[in-house]
Amino acid sequence: MTEPAITPELVAKHNLTPEEYAHAVEILGRTPSYTELGIFSVMWSEHCSYKNTKPLLKTFPTQSPKILVGAGEENAGIIDIGDGIAIAFKIESHNHPSAVEPFQGATTGVGGIVRDIFTMGARPVCAVNSLRFGPICSGGLRPPTDGEERRSQSAATEAEEEAQLKNNRRLFAGVVSGIAHYGNCFGIPTVAGEVYFDKTYQGNPLVNAFCLGVLRHDQITRGAAKGVGNPVFYVGPATGRDGLAGAAFASQDLTEESAEQQRGAVQVGDPFMEKLVCEACLELLATGCVAGMQDMGAAGLTCSTCEMAARAGTGIEIELDKVPQRAPNMSSYEIMLSESQERMLIVVHKGREEEVKRIFDKWDLPWSEIGIITDTGHMKVRHGGKLVVDIPARKIADESPVYQRDAVEPAYLKDVQAFRLNGIADTTTPAEDLKKLLAWPSIASKNWVYRQYDHQVRDGSVVLPGSDAAVIRIKTDSLPVMSAELAAKVGDPTVSEKLIAMTVDCNGGYVYLDPYEGAKIAVAEACRNLACSGALPLGATDNLNMPSPLKPELFWQIKESVRGLAEGCKAFNAPVTGGNCSLYNQSPAGPIDPTPTISVVGLIEKREHVTTQWFKDEGDAILLLGDAVESTPLQGLGGSAYLQVVHGQKNGSPPRCDLEVAKTLHTTLIGLIQSGLVKSAHDCSEGGLAVALAESCISQLIARETPRLIGATVDLSSVAAVCDRRENSLDANGGHRPPLQVRLDALLFGETQSRIVISCKPLDAVKVVERAKLMGVPAVQIGHVGGTTLTVKTATGEFSAPLTELHDAWWNSIARAMA
Amino acid sequence: MNFSVLQFPASNCDQDAVHAVRLLGHSARLVWHKDASLGDTDAVIVPGGFSYGDYLRCGAIARFSPVMQAVKQFADNGGLVLGICNGFQVLTEAGLLPGALIRNRDLQFHCENVFLKTATHDSPFTSRIPAEKILRVPIAHGEGCYFADTETLAKLKANHQILWQYCDQGGNLTDAANPNGAVQNIAGICNEKRNVAGLMPHPERACESLLGSDDGKWIFESIFAALKNKTVAARA
Repeated sequence: MTEPAITPELVAKHNLTPEEYAHAVEILGRTPSYTELGIFSVMWSEHCSYKNTKPLLKTFPTQSPKILVGAGEENAGIIDIGDGIAIAFKIESHNHPSAVEPFQGATTGVGGIVRDIFTMGARPVCAVNSLRFGPICSGGLRPPTDGEERRSQSAATEAEEEAQLKNNRRLFAGVVSGIAHYGNCFGIPTVAGEVYFDKTYQGNPLVNAFCLGVLRHDQITRGAAKGVGNPVFYVGPATGRDGLAGAAFASQDLTEESAEQQRGAVQVGDPFMEKLVCEACLELLATGCVAGMQDMGAAGLTCSTCEMAARAGTGIEIELDKVPQRAPNMSSYEIMLSESQERMLIVVHKGREEEVKRIFDKWDLPWSEIGIITDTGHMKVRHGGKLVVDIPARKIADESPVYQRDAVEPAYLKDVQAFRLNGIADTTTPAEDLKKLLAWPSIASKNWVYRQYDHQVRDGSVVLPGSDAAVIRIKTDSLPVMSAELAAKVGDPTVSEKLIAMTVDCNGGYVYLDPYEGAKIAVAEACRNLACSGALPLGATDNLNMPSPLKPELFWQIKESVRGLAEGCKAFNAPVTGGNCSLYNQSPAGPIDPTPTISVVGLIEKREHVTTQWFKDEGDAILLLGDAVESTPLQGLGGSAYLQVVHGQKNGSPPRCDLEVAKTLHTTLIGLIQSGLVKSAHDCSEGGLAVALAESCISQLIARETPRLIGATVDLSSVAAVCDRRENSLDANGGHRPPLQVRLDALLFGETQSRIVISCKPLDAVKVVERAKLMGVPAVQIGHVGGTTLTVKTATGEFSAPLTELHDAWWNSIARAMA
Repeated sequence: MNFSVLQFPASNCDQDAVHAVRLLGHSARLVWHKDASLGDTDAVIVPGGFSYGDYLRCGAIARFSPVMQAVKQFADNGGLVLGICNGFQVLTEAGLLPGALIRNRDLQFHCENVFLKTATHDSPFTSRIPAEKILRVPIAHGEGCYFADTETLAKLKANHQILWQYCDQGGNLTDAANPNGAVQNIAGICNEKRNVAGLMPHPERACESLLGSDDGKWIFESIFAALKNKTVAARA
């Protein structure tokens, strides 16, 4: 087979700059072969090397005494949860493939992250996802905030708009069914997630998949090619031409042309195969014969061999003729770069090869001994008797280029910061506005989505999707099978029950309007969700979904987002244990809103502390923790759902996020929960206090077609007084601030941070208020639970909405859009 | 009592079934799909999951597995067999239960709690369910729409083989309460000999209040009681 000559054009086609190519030549001391060029291309793509984001990622807090495997060390981070048990978790994106082929893009996104978890030796026990699409109904469309950068709606005709909506719905439905197909068949409960719809994601949806696994400390498996002379096994399905150079595809702008050309770069997922590979690998690990293991994810055989050798400081030699192949006449380039799914690379202690054969035969899985660990430090690949690759493994893995990109504050932010509410009339129809907000797909119930995911398999789902955070129970059979040696050491294998809470959050609109503040809010909201479920954070995993780093204005967004995430994670003691960067999320229509999704995982001490968001019993007191309205000109309405839905504007500085205030609020709430005083807790986020109250009334689901609706009567006129109290205090210069004229829309729908609606027994209300105030958290009883309506009294009047109407708007909105 | 829980390569509720049986005080173990014998066993559970990936038709391949030949024999000898979800599909494919399970009428996978009305207490799978008790149990399936021709349905009714039907909170067999379009809201049935039963809902996911419902335990308690009676009868 003749290989193409290496020309500058070919180099450029591989997304390598002339400087990067020169460095590759320097590392090799010669011109690379075609296969080697392909290897450098994928290894130095953003997806594998983080070349544009590495300096930023170093600013994340990554340490805590509980961290057993830290960020960047392995395929996923691992955190101690006590009693010798640990959790492994990570989030990863599959944005570009999902834009091209939503179903397969999403399936392989789930498959990839599940593999990352069992590669660590952990049994995957739950999945979470974070999704973004263009609007699915016309109510979701709104004018852009500035000219060129943002997409221009004015030119689009109605027919075009309808075609776009239809395409957005196709992508949404495809991604959801892809996640469902893979997760359901594999047998992992998909317990939580978030879905936002915004024009910025039109044509460039975001699909972030998270997986969490459980293992004993002694079961941690490393992806290192240890032990010179040890054999290297390939296990899993045969290699085909699918997914050729997917990592490189993910690391460039998405255009019509690239999408069409790269359709072959989308891999095809097979959850049945994944299930077999997972079970077989866990069974194999229990034999103690494995020296190192790594999945073949992005950049397939290339990345797994390079990284394993680099981590161990060894060399690796493989024979491509021994790699199981699905298609005839595959070139070495194709075999090395294929991203066929569900494949693993396993290094086995010499002399124990039979165990691999026995177990993989039992599971009817293909396996092949393809190579050996050497002491040369080189990755050598032979094909058809010829040496086709000879690269120093550590150099290619560790000496990837690193770029300090220029960052310039984008001009649009001036307008955003200057935005004021003058000219925006206060609401006169609060009940109508509330219904509109509840029906807005980004706020509406996501039951149409999560009902398609098996969220109860494995008998561990304690709080199902639909509350602030999901809670799972870890029990003895959640853990992987132990080796005989470990079993002897452990003795009684029974583990005491552990309760893990998790959530994923990010309001990309906030981040667009203020990347630093918006990213802080993402972390604060995630931690607030955990607090509402009774959990303290253990750690976090982030997914930076960003536009191109090559434009200084866009790189500024990335940089500021990372600064916000880092500060947030520090404040809440939620070290980042790993994550993923997805850059170049922009289509010809423009860049996406910077969307640094963050998933935070927490621990709940006892069963009794598990708390849900819905009101429980008639007569219970309803309390608001936190300041009702922030004292800024926008009163928490900047970037709010209300401004978007009711006034058609996505503008203004988002609410301020004071991390100290947030932290105090969360610890206070957890203290109250642990004292047994809290019957429900729900955080205020999109749609503000009114939406939080409504959701507390309507979000409990007993069974199919059987919601439990429980009303509330709330008086917020006293809350306005709380705001006045704040305003009467002296300002920084010792002068009196002008009293804040709290707008009704800001009170009801403003998105002021650090607020939580809780309910408790009426007799406990005074105690709760006192204890919260003692901790420095503003707290006030605002009403009581009961009735069949949500009735809200304010200084300017009263409105009331039947729960059946609110529930219908909220529960059925997405199903209606998708019908 | 000793339960055998079958383990096909892509069974994924196998551990859950074992967990539920053990939680309720009995013993259970997994039996690999390539095993031609069940060993010493009092009852068999064919668990939920995707057996062999089920890319063809749910349960269509599983019926040919060695272990299913052993299950057929066990059932022919009067042994108690319960198929849950995919297990129900496997049992219909294997001819141990009449009818078929087809795609849900809205073509979507459904995971949600449903209410079940027990149509007859005269079976080893329902005898202990309290009278008038409406069970709240989760479902999780894409192909759970029970279908049978008119003749078979008439037979099922005449022999009281319909065990559970989807209903609303008040026990009414409404269309809205039917998650998948199953004929006559059928959620589970048994064979004519009443020793083999299948249902789409997952009782093993509803045996602990921590998980939201413990109504599923009544189905297991019924089986335990039937096995106990059998043992007593055998001793006598």
